[in-house]
Amino acid sequence: MAYRVLWASRVASYLRISVFHRGFSTVIKDLKYSDTHEWIKVDGSSATIGITDHAQDHLGDVVYVELPEVGTTVAQGKGFGAVESVKATSDVNSPVSGEVVEVNSELTGSPGLVNASPYENGWIVKVNMGDTGELNSLMDSEQYSKFCEEEDAKH
Amino acid sequence: MTLAQARNVVLPCMKLLRMSAVPILEQLHLEERLLRTSVDNWCIVNDRTNRPTIVMGVSGRPSELIELKSVLRDQIPVIKRFTGGGTVIVDDGTVFISFICNKNAISGLQPYPHPIMSWTGQLYSEVLRGFGDFHLRENDYAFNSHKFGGNAQSIIKERWIHHTSFLWDYDIKNMEYLKLPTRAPKYRSARPHVDFLCRMKEYVPSKSTFIERTIKSLGSYFLVKPFDLDDITTEPPCTLPHSTKLLSRQELEDAYSSQCENLP
Repeated sequence: MAYRVLWASRVASYLRISVFHRGFSTVIKDLKYSDTHEWIKVDGSSATIGITDHAQDHLGDVVYVELPEVGTTVAQGKGFGAVESVKATSDVNSPVSGEVVEVNSELTGSPGLVNASPYENGWIVKVNMGDTGELNSLMDSEQYSKFCEEEDAKH
Repeated sequence: MTLAQARNVVLPCMKLLRMSAVPILEQLHLEERLLRTSVDNWCIVNDRTNRPTIVMGVSGRPSELIELKSVLRDQIPVIKRFTGGGTVIVDDGTVFISFICNKNAISGLQPYPHPIMSWTGQLYSEVLRGFGDFHLRENDYAFNSHKFGGNAQSIIKERWIHHTSFLWDYDIKNMEYLKLPTRAPKYRSARPHVDFLCRMKEYVPSKSTFIERTIKSLGSYFLVKPFDLDDITTEPPCTLPHSTKLLSRQELEDAYSSQCENLP
């Protein structure tokens, strides 16, 4: 995990993006985050969604990703798919409402991308957002880092 | 006096549902409905099921996991369940115990696969103290290195389920319907079913001893209250992408045909 943080720093430096390092999980600046550990990268009225480094680390090795069909309607806070890690299925919830326009079919053959590259190659769906105002209820990177620290401290 | 009583802690309630010979498909449908629509904590005990049935995890592929030719010949039902994990064949020698909990029900427990698995390992370690060398081996319950309990979980926004099929007894002939899985725990060491598994009845005096001790151990974490199956309303669950389902004969035949076509 320490190696992953060091690697992330080098990649971030190359790509000129800022990263926060909270403990051993990476948080990417400029993304928004839900309290169920999904991230969202906004591009106008479109967005890419995945699960965070904190989530993949706590779930363990992902062996299967259940993807929705293109055209599926998603609602903020509601499940649209799932990841399976060893013995558990865990719902993936949408940070925003909208319509699925693309799914990451690479995850069907390589579910481990969610672990290896949660913010890049391990993205799960792309959506057209119905209401960009919903983004205001999400956390920024600093808030999410604090949220994760508080959550881990409770246990 | 339980530990919680000694500490004067207010425990969350857990509803206890005891069943006998309920078909496993019906049990799984009930569990998924309670997970997704109830706000209560539940312990469900089914002390056996009514007929041999194969139960795969959510991502299971029949051609990889079961001996389709004999399953089709002998008309063994095959279910794909809503939780993760591997494939089992259950019958009247199987005891089922399931926990459905709100994510904050157990103080200090993070609602993720490993902490939940670890908590259940502590619970059953207490239950089975004195009956055998109990271990949580990777994600299985074992006496020494012989598995007697298989686990699976599903975690949603505010709740989780952890359910177990315990091999009180089993018919070795039924195990022949299952292939050796490609994804297996390291401690299995490629052993065939007969060398890997064991029967709980060779370690524990009776099913009722095991079940009563489990309920007693739960009392350290919950106020356990008996509940009647008849009191649960019978609305069917909403259709979910990963709902438990019985595979049709056509689906099994298609899998078998595809498997035959892919043979060298």
